[in-house]
Amino acid sequence: MAEITYRQAVAAGIAQEMERDETVVLIGEDVGAAGGVFKLTEGLFEKFGPERVRDTPISEQAIVGAAMGAAMTGLRPIAELMFSDFFAVAWDMVANQIAKTRYMTDGQVSLPLVLRTANGAGLRFGAQHSQSVENWAMAIPGLKVVAPSTPADVVGLMAAAIRDPDPVVFCEHKALLANKGEVPDGEHVLPLGQAAIVREGSDCTIVAVAAMVPRAVEAAEGLAGRHGISAEVIDLRTLVPLDVATILGSVEKTSRLFTVEENPRLCGWGAEIVSIVADEGFYSLDAPLVRITTPHVPLPSAAVLEDAALPTVERIVETVRRRLEEAK
Amino acid sequence: MATTRPRPETPAELDPELRLRMYRTMVECRRFETRAQELFFEGLVRGTTHLGVGQEAVAAGFAAAMRDDDYTFATYRGHNHALARGAPMGPLYAELFGRANGLMGGKGGSMHITDVDHHMMGSYAIVGAHLPIALGAAWSAQYRKSGQVAVCFFGDGTTNIGAFHEALNMAVVWKAPVIFVCENNQYMEYTPIGAVTAVARPAADRASAYGLEPIVVDGNDVEAVHAVALVAIERARAGEGPSLVEAVTYRHGGHSRADPGKYRPDEEVEAWKKRDPIPAYRARLAESGAEAAALDRIDEATAAKVQAAEDEARAGPEPSPQVIETQVWADGGSSWRGTR
Repeated sequence: MAEITYRQAVAAGIAQEMERDETVVLIGEDVGAAGGVFKLTEGLFEKFGPERVRDTPISEQAIVGAAMGAAMTGLRPIAELMFSDFFAVAWDMVANQIAKTRYMTDGQVSLPLVLRTANGAGLRFGAQHSQSVENWAMAIPGLKVVAPSTPADVVGLMAAAIRDPDPVVFCEHKALLANKGEVPDGEHVLPLGQAAIVREGSDCTIVAVAAMVPRAVEAAEGLAGRHGISAEVIDLRTLVPLDVATILGSVEKTSRLFTVEENPRLCGWGAEIVSIVADEGFYSLDAPLVRITTPHVPLPSAAVLEDAALPTVERIVETVRRRLEEAK
Repeated sequence: MATTRPRPETPAELDPELRLRMYRTMVECRRFETRAQELFFEGLVRGTTHLGVGQEAVAAGFAAAMRDDDYTFATYRGHNHALARGAPMGPLYAELFGRANGLMGGKGGSMHITDVDHHMMGSYAIVGAHLPIALGAAWSAQYRKSGQVAVCFFGDGTTNIGAFHEALNMAVVWKAPVIFVCENNQYMEYTPIGAVTAVARPAADRASAYGLEPIVVDGNDVEAVHAVALVAIERARAGEGPSLVEAVTYRHGGHSRADPGKYRPDEEVEAWKKRDPIPAYRARLAESGAEAAALDRIDEATAAKVQAAEDEARAGPEPSPQVIETQVWADGGSSWRGTR
């Protein structure tokens, strides 16, 4: 086991796959010699050369479109969108072309590609460089969606995303880049579509992804220490495919569900989870299903405003405590 | 300023078989689409269709210059390009009819005709999208050192969308083996292209912005198209990078099935119909010694082939609703649930 940062895990996961498969190539703005604006691809250009690690112009449609054309003709491209907000610039390529082509051609075309992107808030970049867009991708049939929270999961899920025969949107959270964690030695691959129970508990279930996972864990510890509430925390890790069984299994045990979402309120991924549990886990429930989200606003830039807009540890603790109290 | 490439002075050097092939391709496209239009009005073809009647020489000239494994990318006006690459006519009709024996099982329809077996990599219905995608296929060929090229056909209206410019720039920077072919049929949907474009030649006048030679060719002259295609494809295969070709042509009908094209002056339509690429090429072939009987045989065989294709398509069943939830993923299914 080696301890590396989330940032280093991105390059490590890509390198692991580029070493074993020559069809894996990487393109994007500044991903080559510069090593990426967040240094997420550092060392790859030196290791694999300019044929496999290619810089592009600021042309998101061309980047994503080129990845699609390469994927349909025998490569396994990884395309980086520097900020996930830039998906909006290339959304035709993602939502109309990549997501739908296998279906429209009745399986003639396969698109084994990964769209990597720096997602999420915490760096005070304002409303156009801080969004959490997992739910945009989740709403389009034909896209798989990954949002890891730990360095080990970054490596394992990156490998899985690259090996997957379908298009994967891979969200790397900007606020987690400096976080450290143990990564298994040797080749590390995780399956897509399996959540992780990162903390066991019996009084309620808290479901989170990416940067909300460490907050949910910290909140669970606060709930245990200050209020005697035992919270189970689930890191979904992938939103599509969605590990419904783990969520339902946990709710069966705890009877209470909370989601912690960085996205703005309406149609966040948690709304889908709540809908599924209301439908399929209703008779396990002892209390209302509660979503803890960012309000339905664009994200503000000032540190104090951004911090207050996102679900904080304190807001999670207070919401869970109050709603459990009410349900008694 | 763009210059129109003259047809080579020595057309007689072309292989007679190749010339007959180009004639046959154009006749097959014309007959297929003319009949598709009739079947639309009979209610057999549903949804929409965008016909390339009048523009067949572009598809035929390029296809005859391509290697079997070169890639074609086309627009929603893509029937000609699919047929020119060898897509089977029966399944193509069946796709237009929405039948289970369609090329894509009835899931794509007229605007998304794809036949990967013949390296027809798709018809793209969002204007401009397929230029970056074709660039990606060309980059893949370059990386794999396969010697393949990608040929990407699009309309004049596409030259005003961002993806056109992004793809041109990146293709040149990457020296990608891709040929961008603008079929300038004079109208972006219902509006004359000149009314909405800053330059006279929508594609060629943009070429210099990307360091490319401005190439304009008579898109109604199949041999002129073929000659330009040979040069551009050779250049791409030799690693010298992309080309941008503007083929000037005209669609005889409206933009789509519902459009009678009344916004165009009658004299203009008549003048272009007099320059119909198919009778013109037939006359040239006859002049240069082709037997009328051989050309007649192509016409007759085409009529029989189109009829047989229609019969084959009509005989196909409607798709089963069971296919609705197939082929979202490579495992053949559509499940969004994890498999713990």
